[in-house]
Amino acid sequence: MTVASFFEIALPAPAAEGIALVLVLLGAILCLSASVGLLHFRDVPSRLHAATKPQVLGLVLICLAIAVSQRTIGGMLLGVLIVVPVILLQFATAPLAAHMVGRQAYRNGTITQRGLVADEYAESKRTPPAAG
Amino acid sequence: MTAMLVAIMAVFGIAAILCVVRIVRGPSILDRTVASDVLLTEVMCVLGSDMAINGHTRNIPVMLIIAAVSVFGSISVARYVARRDNTTS
Repeated sequence: MTVASFFEIALPAPAAEGIALVLVLLGAILCLSASVGLLHFRDVPSRLHAATKPQVLGLVLICLAIAVSQRTIGGMLLGVLIVVPVILLQFATAPLAAHMVGRQAYRNGTITQRGLVADEYAESKRTPPAAG
Repeated sequence: MTAMLVAIMAVFGIAAILCVVRIVRGPSILDRTVASDVLLTEVMCVLGSDMAINGHTRNIPVMLIIAAVSVFGSISVARYVARRDNTTS
């Protein structure tokens, strides 16, 4: 078996379509859980926690569905190659935005102080500047 | 097959409506920022599922650019929001 014929091996069309649909449905349910968490939680950091994590996992599942829907093995490798930049960018930028919004929420006082288990930010604010 | 398509559309629609409800109701501007970020990521998810269901790859540049640029909205709002805005709760 040559390399070219290995890349031509294809899933049957109903199987590929079914797997892609199931992956897309799982991603959609994760998006829905992010939205429900957004409505359910009470302050900004909890909403941020609900918003960022399931959302990115849902995007990863949908990108996998894009790769699977190409059917042949070569097409799937190419599909993975073109969706990897999207996933990497999302992994890089989602914590950045969450960090900025969370820090500003702490400074704004839009968090419930009783819900905090550890508050290292207040301790670091008490430390005088240039004290190491 | 059609039932799953209808289910996918319904789930995406309900998620978008819940995000818009949080954007309208959110007590502070940071809540609205987080909700609009979620809505933008969901637009990316809808573009991706269109590609997966119809079996083409034409929406990849749009997804790439949204993933690269969407962070600046949240960061600039969080950077320039007032130190204490007068909100209840």
